[in-house]
Amino acid sequence: MEFFLVLGIPLLGGIVLALIGHTRRAAEYNALFSLLTLIAAINLTVHIVNHGPQLLFQDQFFLDPLNVFLVALTALVGFTTSLFSRPYMRIEHHHGRLTVGRLRLYHSMFQMFMFTMLLALTTNNMGILWVAMEAATLTTVLLVSLYRTTASLEAAWKYFILCGVGIAQALFGTILLYFAAEKVLGHEGGALLWTHLNAVKGTLEPTVMSLAFVFLLVGYGTKVGLVPLHNWLPDAHAEGPTPVSAVLSGLLLNVALYAVVRCKVLADGALHSNLAGVLMMGFGLLSVVVAAFFLSRQKDIKRMFAYSSIEHMGIVTFAFGMGGPLASFGGLLHMTVHSLTKSAIFFAVGHATQKSGTQLMEQIRGLIKISPTVGWGLMLGTLAILGMPPFGVFASEFLILTTAMKQQPWATPFLLMALGVAFASIFGKVQPMVFGESTLPKLPHKPAMLPVFVHLALVLMLGLWIPPYLAEWYRQAAKFIG
Amino acid sequence: MNSILLQFLELVLALALAPVLTGWVNQCRAWLQNRSAPPLLQPYYQIVKLFEKDVVLAHHASSLFRSAPYFIFAAMALAATIVPTLSTDLPFGPAADAIALVGIFALARVFIALAGMDIGTAFGTLGARREMLVGFLAEPALLMVFFTASLISHSTSLATIVETLAHRELVIYPSMAFAGVAFTMVSLAENARVPVDNPTTHLELTMIHEAMILEYSGRHLALIEWAAALKMYAYSCLGLALFFPWGIPEGAKFASLAIGLPSLLIKLAIGGFLLALIETLSAKMRIFRAPEFLGTAFMLAVLGMLVHLLLETGK
Amino acid sequence: MNSYYGQIINLLAAGLLLLSFAMLGQRRILSLINLFMAQGAVLCASTAIVAFVTGQNHLYWSALITLLLKVLLLPAILHRLIRRLNIKWDVETLINIPTTMLIGIVLVIFSFNLALPISELAGTVTRSTLGIAMAAVLLAFLMMITRSKAVPQVIGFLSMENGLFFAATSATYGMPMVVELGIALDVLVGMVILGVFFFQIRERFDSLDIRHLEQLKED
Repeated sequence: MEFFLVLGIPLLGGIVLALIGHTRRAAEYNALFSLLTLIAAINLTVHIVNHGPQLLFQDQFFLDPLNVFLVALTALVGFTTSLFSRPYMRIEHHHGRLTVGRLRLYHSMFQMFMFTMLLALTTNNMGILWVAMEAATLTTVLLVSLYRTTASLEAAWKYFILCGVGIAQALFGTILLYFAAEKVLGHEGGALLWTHLNAVKGTLEPTVMSLAFVFLLVGYGTKVGLVPLHNWLPDAHAEGPTPVSAVLSGLLLNVALYAVVRCKVLADGALHSNLAGVLMMGFGLLSVVVAAFFLSRQKDIKRMFAYSSIEHMGIVTFAFGMGGPLASFGGLLHMTVHSLTKSAIFFAVGHATQKSGTQLMEQIRGLIKISPTVGWGLMLGTLAILGMPPFGVFASEFLILTTAMKQQPWATPFLLMALGVAFASIFGKVQPMVFGESTLPKLPHKPAMLPVFVHLALVLMLGLWIPPYLAEWYRQAAKFIG
Repeated sequence: MNSILLQFLELVLALALAPVLTGWVNQCRAWLQNRSAPPLLQPYYQIVKLFEKDVVLAHHASSLFRSAPYFIFAAMALAATIVPTLSTDLPFGPAADAIALVGIFALARVFIALAGMDIGTAFGTLGARREMLVGFLAEPALLMVFFTASLISHSTSLATIVETLAHRELVIYPSMAFAGVAFTMVSLAENARVPVDNPTTHLELTMIHEAMILEYSGRHLALIEWAAALKMYAYSCLGLALFFPWGIPEGAKFASLAIGLPSLLIKLAIGGFLLALIETLSAKMRIFRAPEFLGTAFMLAVLGMLVHLLLETGK
Repeated sequence: MNSYYGQIINLLAAGLLLLSFAMLGQRRILSLINLFMAQGAVLCASTAIVAFVTGQNHLYWSALITLLLKVLLLPAILHRLIRRLNIKWDVETLINIPTTMLIGIVLVIFSFNLALPISELAGTVTRSTLGIAMAAVLLAFLMMITRSKAVPQVIGFLSMENGLFFAATSATYGMPMVVELGIALDVLVGMVILGVFFFQIRERFDSLDIRHLEQLKED
């Protein structure tokens, strides 16, 4: 019961908001639905923590420490984003960038997007996982193209085509997976259920599984934004509305990576070799390095942070690729803190760009003068994402780096160098935006800075002290990933 | 003994039937285009008429120019006798396989191209160049088609290929579908049919085959026209042998002619009608499109081979 | 008897590949849609035969879905779209067609090579078709890369879906029904969204040429 609420509320929200999303209170309803989803998710999490992993509805849904933690995170970030988007979208409407009809589309698609991600996280069926990922692409395509400007249309088109093609590769991988599985499990239903596959993973045909994993990694990797499949990501982040950038970076990338990790567990079991890990490390490291160098060339603030997302997703992919309890623990922690920090940054960036009326960093100056909260929010968020202690990103990056030194010493110089380059480029650009002079007027609506500081406080807490039950939970999940 | 007689019969049949086939295609074309058709035997009348006329030679025509028609005619007649039509047990069979057949066609092509250039007129040279361009692209495609068939029957001998394809239990070869399309395209190009060349045109800038033989007259022209008809007949029989081999008698028995001959005639009639249909339905393409057309044919033939390797081996 | 059905499916597989190549070499949008329709029909036929051979009733349903969606509905939508958008010709490809074809051949060899070891493992009658399905997917991918107009790109996308579906039905005898329904729904919704997109792109750019969509890039 706890579980079906988690899926049912956003689905219902999507339908209801499709009908009433244009009314004056729609943003509040959106936040309300997100809040209810969050409550349901917390309730579910408590239930799973108390009762252990569960299979539901003829084994079609599966909840374990790995995905329930992502469910909780998704619901949380979804809720705070809906809080942030309330004033943000009002201001956009006020500026005339959006019509009422578009707002309805936005609210409805936001909830549908939450639904597809929660479905992708909780389903036990690898086929449904694919369907949900594709549906998430479709909803976000509509969200990215919301402004209907030439740039946003271009970004959405690119996003659709690239992710469509990518996800088609993932479907092929899924078919190959089924192909390998039906010989062991037979035709009757169960051959795509992850738990069933996991039980027999040692007997799956290695040749097929290695090919299947390559296709799955390329397919879902496109959605994670791994280099060289990342081209859609900066465009989609830069041209969509900022709340959408926040959920894309904070949530969608995580969910896609979650799909990759699920596949990796199966591939590792079948292959008796480290192929999956090596591939993930390769893609991860390449993403980190390439993204770090692209960072310094960015002029658009949202694009820059989009590249930063690629970089961090690369770090997490690398960590999962290394494997082992410590690296996986670090990867999970980094996933959490990155998604909290990055969404907080996008919230702050959203208000900053609204105040300045531009996304070009050269023209954004003196945020701390116009609005101290936005300025401090952006500054702290930037420090956090750059891995400054005492924030949580420092803890997770430290963990991943030390593990890398021990397990894959060759990779450490690349990682360190990339982190250094990223630090220099981002800090050098954010600093003058926050401090410096400006004569811009105030905004018509009060910015919602609460989500930013809540996120940053959580990240700070994770940097200083991980609550024991959370740590235990991470450990279980990490053991699971292997 | 039987087989030698049969071989001889095949030759006579080829010489006799080739102009009829051309006439039949022309008739079908006229019928499809709502024109009143020329008589079926029109090509004969033409050949006879040309034989009766005197030969007019250019002053500086070399002996090559004079001898080329005989070589071409001989090559085409030989080609037509190699292709199994009435029997698979032919004395010429072992002497020349599919690859040699392509060689014979190439020999004829070289002669006609050289003869076209011999006089030194602009059109002859232009036609010869274009002919070589078409041939250069068509030959590999034709070879690939043969290779696909050879892979199936493990032999390049035409007789063995026909026997394998026709006289075993029915097996569907997807690769032959590719090869069939490729072969059709190659035959259209090689026989100067519509999408590549137009056999009835004398519009100077677009012709290929006609441009080369502009200077010929009298019995030389008659032989060349006859050779062209033979070429089409040989290609048609080759197509039938590779893709619709049912009805070609195995071994050398006169009794089986009762089935073999009518089935050959029916298949040729249908084939000719289809050729006329293709010609009516398609428009002649620009000469610069011809490489693309033949490239596609080559690619299809290669694909056929690949498909064979993937789908049809290891069964 | 079974082996005959296997051969027919092989023949259909070859037909699918042939159609993929025809699409790759086709310049006209109208013919492209018709080819796509033919591909759907081949897919439908092969699915129905697999259903008959294996006696898996749910495959009849997926054959029906294919028929409705890929042979009737999507081509109808596409026809309607190009009529409304008034685009019938598409002469431009980014790479000329013979080169594209050659790359296509290389892709086919690549995928056949990749599929060979797998084909030997399959227990199904139609084990060899996996390579063809993979080739069809890659060819559709190539078509998307080489076309500069929006509509052919989308047809390429749909054709890629066809290849995947073929892999699912012929090589593995069909995915579970839920999954197939989900995939069909995604394709349909995606198509509708793209249809809306076409109009917006044209409204913004006065053209459906994707080369206008090149403002967003790294300097």
